[in-house]
Amino acid sequence: MSATGYALELKDLRKAFGKTEIIRGANLAVKPGERVAIIGPNGAGKSTLFNLISGRFGPSSGEIVLNGQRIEHLKPYEINRKGLARSFQVSNLFTRLSVFENLRCGVLWSQGYKYSFWKFLSKLHDANARAEELMKMIKLDKKRDVLAMNLTYAEQRALEIGITIAGGADVVLLDEPTAGMSKSETKRFIELIREVTVGKTLLTVEHDMGVVFGLADKIAVLVYGEVIAFDKPDAVRANAKVQEAYLGSVLADHQAADAKA
Amino acid sequence: MSALPTSTSSRIAAVSTASAASAAPARFEFRPLNVGRFVIWSLFVLVLAVAPLVFTSSLSITMLSQMGIAIVACLSFNMLLGQGGMLSFGHAVYTGLATFVSIHALNAIAGGLPIPVSLVPLVGGVAGMFFAVLFGYVTTKKAGTPFAMITLGIGELVFAMSLMIPEFFGGEGGVQANRVVGKAVMGITFGPQIQVYYLLAVYTLVCTAAMFAFTQTPLGRMLNAVRDNPERVEFIGYSTQRVRYIAFIIAGFFAGIAGGMYALNFEIATAEVVGAARSGAYLLFTFLGGATFFFGPIIGAILMVVAFVLLSEFTKAWLLYLGLIFLFMVMYAPGGIASLIMLNLRVAAFGKLRRLWVAYVALAGTALVMLAGAAAMIEMVYHLQLNPALGPNLRFLGVPLDATGLDSWFGAAFVTLVGLAMFEATRRVFGKQWGQIQEEIEKEIRRREAL
Repeated sequence: MSATGYALELKDLRKAFGKTEIIRGANLAVKPGERVAIIGPNGAGKSTLFNLISGRFGPSSGEIVLNGQRIEHLKPYEINRKGLARSFQVSNLFTRLSVFENLRCGVLWSQGYKYSFWKFLSKLHDANARAEELMKMIKLDKKRDVLAMNLTYAEQRALEIGITIAGGADVVLLDEPTAGMSKSETKRFIELIREVTVGKTLLTVEHDMGVVFGLADKIAVLVYGEVIAFDKPDAVRANAKVQEAYLGSVLADHQAADAKA
Repeated sequence: MSALPTSTSSRIAAVSTASAASAAPARFEFRPLNVGRFVIWSLFVLVLAVAPLVFTSSLSITMLSQMGIAIVACLSFNMLLGQGGMLSFGHAVYTGLATFVSIHALNAIAGGLPIPVSLVPLVGGVAGMFFAVLFGYVTTKKAGTPFAMITLGIGELVFAMSLMIPEFFGGEGGVQANRVVGKAVMGITFGPQIQVYYLLAVYTLVCTAAMFAFTQTPLGRMLNAVRDNPERVEFIGYSTQRVRYIAFIIAGFFAGIAGGMYALNFEIATAEVVGAARSGAYLLFTFLGGATFFFGPIIGAILMVVAFVLLSEFTKAWLLYLGLIFLFMVMYAPGGIASLIMLNLRVAAFGKLRRLWVAYVALAGTALVMLAGAAAMIEMVYHLQLNPALGPNLRFLGVPLDATGLDSWFGAAFVTLVGLAMFEATRRVFGKQWGQIQEEIEKEIRRREAL
C-alpha cells in the first residue's frame, strides 16, 4: 500500500465558501480496513468534508492523501479511478436505466472498458458477471429489469450502495446511508453494508447513534470544521472535550438505552 | 432503447434464465435466437428493397430517397437528444457542411479524383466528423441549457459564414455538382433516380444498424447514464465531458453521411442546408417520432418528408399546422409517436387493447371535427391575406366558404368549439379507462412477480 501506511489522510484541510470557513484545519488518518463513522452537530461540515475528499469541491488549502498519493487537485472521476468511491445522501441513480444497467455502469470503468464503442455490452462477460453478483449482494436480483425510478425508497438506497461499491474501490465513503429509513429497515441495511464492505476502508457520515456504534471501529467527531476527537467508540464516549462540545447528552441516552437492554 | 417490443413471452424467458443460470456465464451471450429482433431487421430490409417497387411514381421515388436521408439525419440527432440528453439547435451544421464538402468532392471526381461516386456519403461522414471534432470540443464542455445555447450560436455562426465565404459556399446560388461522373461500375451511373435510391437505401440500412449497435456498447450505455445523472457519472470513473464529446463526434459522423447522401440526391448545396430552419426540423420531427425509443426518429423522419413534400403542396398554412401538431404532442404525448405505440403494445400484450377501441375512434372523430373547424378558419385567414385578388369565396373540403361573411366564420367557430368540447369530454373518459387498465396491468405484473 502506501509508505505512510494510511489508506486516507487529511492534513490541515481547509475549505472556505466566500468568507465563511466551513472546514477549518481538519486532520484525520485512517488505516486500511478501518471503519470510521464521522459524527458531529448539524453544520459541522460533514458533508462538505466528503465533498472535498471525493473531489466534488477543491479545498482552499491542505492535503488529502489517498494510499500515499495526493488527490486534492484531482477531478472526481480521477479520484474514483484511484480507488475511492462515495454514495450520496439523496439517492443519485441513473433513473431511466434498470437495476442491472445501473450496476453495470458502475462496473464498466474498473473492468477497463473505458469509452469503447467497438464492443457489445452483452459480450462483456466479466462486467456482466460482476453486475449480477452485485445485484445478489444488495438483494435486488429479483428487480433486475426494473427502472431505478420505479424502485421503493429502501431499494433505491440499496442500489445507491451497490453503484458505490461496484467499481471495487478500497476506500468507500457513505453519506448518511440510512437517511430516511425506518428502524427495522435501518437494522437490516446496516447488516447489508457490513457484508458488502468487508475488507474495505469505510467512512460514513451518520446521525443515528445506533448505526454509528453498530458499524464503526472508530469515531471521528467533527465540530465547526475540526476533528476534535478520533478514537475507539468507548474512548470517544469518555472524552470530556467531546461531551462538552456535542455528544454528552446523546451518548448518555444511548448508554442508558444499552443499560436497560 | 431497444427497437423491440418487450413481449410477455420474451420477458418470461428472461426471468426464467435469470433464475436458472446463476453459475453459467453463457447466459450473457447475445441471445442467438432473438426472433423479434431478427424479424424486425428483416422487415426493415424488405421495406427498403420493395418500397420503390410498390410506389413507382417519380414523386414517390424522390420522397423515398429523401426519407432515407432524413432517417440517418434524425437518428444521428437522437444520439444526442434521446440517448445523451443533449438538446442541439444546430445539427444542420454537421449535415449541411458535409453536404457542401460532398458537393465539392463530386466536382473533384468530375475533375479526375479517383473516388467512386458511391463513396461520396462517406466523404460527407468524414467531413461531419471533422467539424464535430472542431466545434464539439467547445459545445460539449457544457451540458443542459448552455449546451443548447452554444449549438444555437455555432449554427448562426456557420450560417453567417456561408454568406461570407462564397468560394466554398457559392453565395446565394449555392454550389452545384453532377453525380453522373467518374467510371460507371457495372453499368451503374447513378443517373436514374432509382439507382440513387438503392444506394441511399444501403447507406440508410448500414447506418441504422451501426447506430443501433452503438446503443449496445459501453459508451452508448454511459451516454444514457450521462443523460440521466451526469453528476453520478463523475463518481464512477467517467468524465461526462469526454463521454459527450465522443458521442458528439460519432453523431457528427452519421450526420455527415446524411449530408453526403443529400448531396448525391439533390446535386446542389445552398446556404439553407446549414440553416436554423433545418436544425429546427430535425429537432421537431425527432421529437414527434419519439426521442425515448431508438426507432422513434425513423417515424419522425418519414413524417418530415411527408410534411415537407405533400403537406406543403396541400396547404400554404402547413407550417402552422405543423406547429399545432408539435404543440399537442408536447402537451399530451411527450414521448412522441414511438411511446404511444409502445404504450399501446404493452396494453395489447396484456390483452386489454380491445377495451380502448371505442375511445380511440371517438377521440379521432372529435379531434377531426375540431381540426376541420379550426382549419376552415386558418384557411380563410390565409385566403384573405394571400389571395385577395381572387375574391372572398373559397372551397374548403368541398364546402363553399365566404371569408368575409359572418356565417362562414360563425359556422367554423361553432364546429371548432363543439369539436373541442366533445374531444375534451372523450379525453376525460379515455383518461379514466386508460388509468384503470394501467392499474390492472400493474396488478398483473405484481401477481406474476409473486409467482
